[in-house]
This record gives sequence, C-alpha cells and structure tokens, in this order.
Amino acid sequence: MSLNRNIENLRKRKIEVQKGGGDKAIEKQAAMGKLTARERILAILDENSFHEYDMFVEHLARDFNMEKKVLHGDGVITGTGTIHGSPVCVYAQDFTVAGGSLGLMHARKITKIMDHSLKMRVPLIGINDSGGARIQEGVNSLAGYGEIFFRNTLSSGVIPQLSVILGPCAGGAVYSPALTDFVFVVENISKMFITGPGVIKTVLGEEITMEELGGARVHCETTGNAHFYAKSEQECFEQIKKLIELIPRSNTDKAKKAEPKEPLKEYNIEEIVPDNPKLPYDIKDVIRSITDESDFFEVMELYAPNIVIGFGRLNGETCGFVANQPKYLAGVLDCDSSDKAARFIRYCDSFNIPIITLEDMPGYLPGVDQEHMGVIRHGAKILYAYSEATVPKITVIIRKAYGGGYIAMNSRHLRADFVFAWPTAEIAVMGPEGAANIVFRKEIQEASDPDAMRKQKIEEYKEKFANPFVAAAQGYIDEVIEPDETRSMLLHALSVAENKSVSMPRKKHGIPPF
Amino acid sequence: MENIEEQDYGEYPILSISSGLYKTELTKSFRERKKWDVPNPKLIQAIIPGTILDVYVKPGQEVKKGETLLILEAMKMQNQITMPFNGKIKKVNVKPDEIVKKKHVMIEIQ
Repeated sequence: MSLNRNIENLRKRKIEVQKGGGDKAIEKQAAMGKLTARERILAILDENSFHEYDMFVEHLARDFNMEKKVLHGDGVITGTGTIHGSPVCVYAQDFTVAGGSLGLMHARKITKIMDHSLKMRVPLIGINDSGGARIQEGVNSLAGYGEIFFRNTLSSGVIPQLSVILGPCAGGAVYSPALTDFVFVVENISKMFITGPGVIKTVLGEEITMEELGGARVHCETTGNAHFYAKSEQECFEQIKKLIELIPRSNTDKAKKAEPKEPLKEYNIEEIVPDNPKLPYDIKDVIRSITDESDFFEVMELYAPNIVIGFGRLNGETCGFVANQPKYLAGVLDCDSSDKAARFIRYCDSFNIPIITLEDMPGYLPGVDQEHMGVIRHGAKILYAYSEATVPKITVIIRKAYGGGYIAMNSRHLRADFVFAWPTAEIAVMGPEGAANIVFRKEIQEASDPDAMRKQKIEEYKEKFANPFVAAAQGYIDEVIEPDETRSMLLHALSVAENKSVSMPRKKHGIPPF
Repeated sequence: MENIEEQDYGEYPILSISSGLYKTELTKSFRERKKWDVPNPKLIQAIIPGTILDVYVKPGQEVKKGETLLILEAMKMQNQITMPFNGKIKKVNVKPDEIVKKKHVMIEIQ
C-alpha cells in the first residue's frame, strides 16, 4: 500500500517535470516553428530507447528572487538512447524553461552526460536552444560554459561530437559547437553569433537581421561554422541518424560495415569526365559512380564548393572522400577549401576512416585577397593533415595535378599508400600554357610570329609532359588505370591496407598551421 | 580542343589560372572578394569601427608627426590617432559623437 503511494508520487513528479516550462511556453515554442526539447530527443533516438538522467535536478540561484522560481530540469534534458541500435549520449536545452538559459546546475547536467559519453566511448549529441548565460547566476554560468568547452576539447578525436543548433546559440555558447566535429543547422530556426544585431547597431550603426547575421544559410555558405543544412527539423534529424550510421562510435572502433552493394548503373564513370581538361563536370557524379548504391553523404555542401568532402561506402566500408570540384573555380585550392578539407582529413584520421582523394585541380587560386588572407598558412593545413594521417590513404588522379596542389592532394611524397592515375592525368609542375611561357620565353619573344610560336611550344610541352607517364616513370604513381577500373582498384587497395600499421615519431602533439 | 571559348559547353564563365583558361562556375566568395586598393598614407582611416570623442585639428593647420589628431573610442578603449608625418591638414570629415565604420576616411592630409 505505502509502496504504491511512493510509486504514485514518483510518477506525479515525473509528469510535472516533463511539462517543461508549461503549456504557455510550449505554445510559444510551437509558434516559433520549433519542436520541444523532449520531442527532439524522441525524434532522433530509436523508439523507446531514451533514458533520462538528472530529471529532478534543481537550480541553486539564490539572488534576484530566483529562490522562489521552479525551473524543471533546470532547462536541459539529458540522457542516453540508441540510433539504429548504437548507443549515444544526448542533451537538449529546453527553451520553454527560462529560455533554456545556462545556469550552474544546467551546465553540471551537461558536463555529467559529457563525462559519461567520454567514459563509455559513445557519441555525444548536443541540441542547443538557449538564450545564453543565466545572468542571475553571474559568474557561475560562465564557469558552466568553460567546463563544457574543456570537455568538448578533451573528447575531441576520441568520441564523435555532434552539435545541433535548433534555436538561438549566442555569445559564449557558440564555442561549444565550434569545438565539436559536426554542426547541424536548420533554416529560420538556427541563430548563431557572438554579438547580436542589437549590439552591432548600437556600437557600429550597422543594421542587419538575425538571419543575415547568423542564420543557417550564412553559417553553411559564408562562415563555414556549420556542416549540415536542413530546411526542417525533421530533415536535420534524418541527417544526424545517417551520419551516426556511417561513423564509428569512438576512435578505438571502426565504422559498422554495411551490406556490400554495387553502384547504380546510371552513373557511367567513362561518360562523366570531358577529355578537355579545361571543361567542367560534377565530381560528385564520379564519386557516385564508385560508391555502394551511388550513395554519397556530403559534408559542408555549401561552403567552398570547389572542394567536395563526405562519406561513402565501398563494399560496405565507410570511406572519407576528398575531391576537387572542377565545376566550381576549376577545382582550385584556396584558403577556404584548404580549411574545409584539412579538418575533414583529420576527422577521418582520428576515427579510422580510410581517405580516398580524387584529384583534378589546376593549383592554388591566384589573387591579392588570397595571399593577404594567408593562403600560405591555410594551404599548409592540407599538407599537414595528409602527412600526419595514418589511416589508409588512396589517391586517384583524374586529370590535372599541377604544382603545389599536386603535392598537397595526398601525393606519394606525403606517404600516400596508393596513387592511381587515369590516362587523362596531367601531372606537371604547372599547366602547359604557364610552363611554355617560362621555359620557351626566349624562343617565343624572338619568333617572327610570337603567338604562333607560343601555341607550338604549348603543344610541345603538352605532348611531352601533360600525361601520367612522366610521374609513372619515377614511381610516383603506382599504376595508370582505366576509369572503369577505379572502383575495383579502390577495393583492392582497401583490402591490402586493412592491417596498415605505421609509426610516427613520439610527440605530445604537433603544431599544425591553425 | 584549343579554344574553350569557342566550345559550346553551357553557360560557364571562364577563369584564368596561371595562363590556362577554364570553364567553371564562380563561387559567391570569389565574386565578392575584396579588390586590392593601393593604400594612400595621406588619408587617415578608421582602424576599427567606433565613435569620435574629440577632434583636435582644423583644415589648413600645420601638424607635426606624432601629434594627436583625434580620439576614436572603440571597444571601451580611447585610441589616440596621431599624425603619421609632418604636414598640413586638408580636410576633417568627422565631428565629435559621430559613429564611424572601419576604413572611414576621417582626415585628409595635403
């Protein structure tokens, strides 16, 4: 009898807490086109898999009349669950409770689940929807943020960390997502910035809307802070589930193998790439002609589209693809594309995902803005990331591999494990026009018809050097292959590299050109 | 194969990379990239957006290198903007309490 009463009491308490900020606040949340924190967690996780922790935590604020306020769960829901059967830890800030503001206990709940995910070696998914620091709790809320950032850094490269921005994430709060591996944003819902439009207007007199300043599109296209763009929360949840399925649980694990499948027939690798190295095509079609079921899960689709990164499977095994995109800016390397690729390479290396590099680029982008933005420092990141990576590294040179870009794109010289080239590959110190202008400058200048002489010399240079055989003669590439052998050669390489083992010099950590 | 301009291959712009011409889409950040301006030392520009607190010089005035021209307050710091070389003030484009953007030309020197 008394036991029943206790159970009754527990159930009542649970129902009370699950109301979050109450009906009115939930209505407001819905009016903003947003799901509640609980709905979000349930939508991401497998059915009936969510186990909530720290439901009855209460805040400790005693100033500004806060002691009289009840904040259910202190504005954040934490716990564990599964996605496609794999365990994950999750937290979701509840905007209906005090605007999801971060106080000390709110932060403690988050750091507790973070510690748990690191100890258990399972991915962490953080859903951000918060007005920011709880001002009434003063320096304690700053302490809370700091302790979250510290754990983000500790966990970096050990467990996958996903940040989902489903509301405001402003001020110091933005640095947790910035420290994590993947950031998901949704149109009209996500807002990220350090200082908001109000402050910017007062201080600088510049007028800008929240969406223009730090909306989903801006962070995917302009800043590069976000990796996945979705039109709705539901689409965003599908992206999260797909990513979790593709990546391993931790850095001591390998990604789960899927059933091997053939690429779709509609992607015919021999028909995608034009002969003329100056004409564009979509490199993603080449990737799709190689991967299982022609499935390619692209990361940072909208940022620096001149390089393409993402995941695809080969005979069921997850691989990371890094590919120049001739469709945009002729596929050049520049500050932004170097940043984008380097970080992805390091991600794959941390999590035991083989890296496949598809190369077709004319070099680094010329320009004053590029030089002044530090293309030297940014470009060096790619060299660093490839050189440091110890996972299987395979390169396929499709057409152009010129100059510094050739070295950077996982060349033999950076200890690529396999380098294959199509017969259309041009591995040379620079493009034929530039090279001919330098090497034959005198002949061209002194010719009675310099233009005709230039053309002739360009042709000569092309004939001799714009091919894969000069590099093949040096052993810089392992084999010249026919385009339709690409998939089978990659499968061969992956199987040879299965037990790859290399040792690097002992160090605390390197000093990459951040 | 030589003249890509003459080849019908959709509506792609042409980009030149070390003398080679390529048909390719341009990205937003490339189209909106900052064009390089040769700096003019005779223009005193705001190094940071902020508010003018005080202006100490008038047009026509001779000013020695190192003398303070004006105070630009930004991020709660009062920055003294000084004369880069001996010269004569040509124009003063700001007055106290004015909010200026970065690179705004505050003073012109003859």
